[in-house]
Amino acid sequence: MDEAQQIDAWQVLTFDLDSETFALEAGLVREVLDLLPETGVPGADPFVGAVINFRGRIIPLADLRMAFDMACAAPTVDSRIVVIEYELDGDPTLIGLRADKVHEVTTVEAADTEEAPRVGLRWRSDFVRRLVRRSGDLIIVPDLSQIFAMRGGATGAVIPLAPT
Amino acid sequence: MSGADPVETFRLEAQDLLEQIEQGLLDLAHRPHDRSLIDSVFRGLHTLKGSGAMFGFDALAAFTHHCESAFDRVRKGVTPASADLVAAVLAAQDHMRALAEGRDAPHSVGDALLERLQRAVEEANADAPDAAPVRPVATTWKVRFSLPADALANGAKPLALLDELRELGDCTVAALTDVLPPLEALVPTECHLAWDVRLTTEHPRAAIEDVFIFLIDDMSLEIEALDAPQAQPDAPAEGDPIEDVPAEGVAEVKASRAAETVRVPAERLDELMDRVGELVIAQSRLKQLAAASIEPNLRAVAEEIERLAGELRDTMLVVRMVPIAQMFGRFRRLIHDLARDTGKEIEFSTEGETTELDKTVIERLADPLVHLIRNAADHGLETPGERLAAGKPASGQVVLAARQAGAEVIITITDDGRGVDRARVRAKAEDVGLIAPGAVLNDGELLQLIFHPGFSTAKTITNLSGRGVGMDVVKRTIEGLRGSIEMTSEAGKGSQISLRIPLTLAIIDGLLVRVGTGRYVIPLAAVEECVELSVEQDMRSTGRSLLTLRERLVPFIRLRDLFNTGLAPDPHQKVVVVSTGHERVGLVVDQILGDHQTVIKSLSAVHAAVETFSGATILGDGGVALILDTSHLVAAGQRQDAQLRATG
Repeated sequence: MDEAQQIDAWQVLTFDLDSETFALEAGLVREVLDLLPETGVPGADPFVGAVINFRGRIIPLADLRMAFDMACAAPTVDSRIVVIEYELDGDPTLIGLRADKVHEVTTVEAADTEEAPRVGLRWRSDFVRRLVRRSGDLIIVPDLSQIFAMRGGATGAVIPLAPT
Repeated sequence: MSGADPVETFRLEAQDLLEQIEQGLLDLAHRPHDRSLIDSVFRGLHTLKGSGAMFGFDALAAFTHHCESAFDRVRKGVTPASADLVAAVLAAQDHMRALAEGRDAPHSVGDALLERLQRAVEEANADAPDAAPVRPVATTWKVRFSLPADALANGAKPLALLDELRELGDCTVAALTDVLPPLEALVPTECHLAWDVRLTTEHPRAAIEDVFIFLIDDMSLEIEALDAPQAQPDAPAEGDPIEDVPAEGVAEVKASRAAETVRVPAERLDELMDRVGELVIAQSRLKQLAAASIEPNLRAVAEEIERLAGELRDTMLVVRMVPIAQMFGRFRRLIHDLARDTGKEIEFSTEGETTELDKTVIERLADPLVHLIRNAADHGLETPGERLAAGKPASGQVVLAARQAGAEVIITITDDGRGVDRARVRAKAEDVGLIAPGAVLNDGELLQLIFHPGFSTAKTITNLSGRGVGMDVVKRTIEGLRGSIEMTSEAGKGSQISLRIPLTLAIIDGLLVRVGTGRYVIPLAAVEECVELSVEQDMRSTGRSLLTLRERLVPFIRLRDLFNTGLAPDPHQKVVVVSTGHERVGLVVDQILGDHQTVIKSLSAVHAAVETFSGATILGDGGVALILDTSHLVAAGQRQDAQLRATG
């Protein structure tokens, strides 16, 4: 969060999940894909309940909906997979993220962002890195480190989310 | 590769040369009179000096020059290859490595090394049997040599060779033109001449061979004495410290001449492997499209591509296999240093160096093996005094052996030291709370404690081993390679550690099965048999999940339940019986799809906790199948079983 205050503006990719708009630093994004056949991983946390074949590499498919307590939805023509490269346990790892609709790469001014309030959010505040105000709407910048630390890997056990 | 940085190219070459020099020196310590070894070291030093100067490594060239001069004396038989001299050059060789790699190598270090070398040469001279200078005997030799066709292009100068021969004594030279091609077929840059030289000289045969020292690997050379040299009682044979071993020496050189090789950065090989994997998958899709098509040409092309892709994959796997000798070579130096640091006498031998393993596996084996060899030398072997007292020869043996057994390579490290002190292992384990005092353990379990994290029995911590990291790290690394580690030990006689490592990390044979809608791979090595689960058995076994198989009860796990497919089972379910260690377990699947050669891909860190699967693979149609980890699956099944029983 410190870096956000030092840097004036970020390039982000915005995408929709449920009725919310999320933003990821554009530098993390490797590719945006159409939906691919998925292979479920029995016993894995439903947040990362499947893997996909990303050009000969097998990468996990994560669903941020699970982390933000949103309802599952059937895929639509707009559904995409956003492939990011993110460092997990010191290893750069390719991860696919589900998205209901991918918008664009856009610039976000640091001045337009604010820290997630401790109360009043529907979601776990530690899963939200920043909130961006944009034309009367809020864009969520998820805290991937926190989310993957909490949700990655657990065998079947569903970690209860914080009460709203 | 043509665009490669020449300095980098030189560094790679220098590494090879230094390795050649090091191996030669280490061998020389055992066989100080072996002429081919001396030549090999000398050639290595000479080439290193020459290339070093060419690429601007002046300090290296200047430093190497002194070592080369020292070795030139050895080669000429002026100075014997004493142990001190060999050790001094060995030490100097480390300095050369530092210079070649551009590391910080202060002048003072180099000067000290040269001083040591100078002393060693002087002492060796003093120690040398003060033989009267060899009384010159004039012998006439018939020397016939021919050079390979491309010798001129590679910089050989026949005239210079002839001049050198002339310096040795009176020569008559005749050129032989028997193999000269007809004029129209003659390539003017190739060398088709042979020479017949009659040389009368007082120098020994070795001096004649020396003329050709830099070419001898590629040329043909016959040297024959025409008149037998008159026996010369004044020149005793031991006056010449170098044994002449012409026939075998040459044969050895020829045998060790490696086939032509190309150096490729390892990461390119990995990239290539990935591309081949992708190609195989794309090819499978093409095959499916072609099968659905009625276009005969498309089918023909698809079949052709299938064959090519399959061959390409097989070739690729072979390319990745490298002989284990590369790694074994490194340990000789380790043992040399260990012997010096511990004051123990260690004889190190290796067996099965030609055994091949996937290169990634070899890279990851290096560190564990260093640990194990250090342990064998530091903990296992006794000091010479202790050994003699125990009635053993003063020098201890460490044997590193590799052999292939089926789809595994078995690497053993054997020492003839004191063996594992069970009482001390037990005391230590009780001390750190690994086992309760007085716990009853069998011998195997006791030895397994050594691999437990935080266990080290060294009385004092040396810089070699005993930092408490070691055996558990070794075990983890080996298990990470899907291998296993075992130890046997006999008090007073020594210990043996065996590593069983799969040949390749990249590929296993698997049985492809379907459970619900998902496809899974069971490693074929674990599969014992496949039987059908009859409806009666299925009904009868509800609640206790036991199957009678040839009058033995085998517990089974319904993968459909374990994976929560939520689908109705197929009417004819199959049981795949797998054995995991001591337990046999049946895995109930919906369908057996067949054999499948599996390119293993690991799952990412987010799935590390899902122990049921050891990895995943990509199937012909581009889909993903998870690879079952049979031992963990059995554990999961047992948990489920216990739960069922608990809830009634």
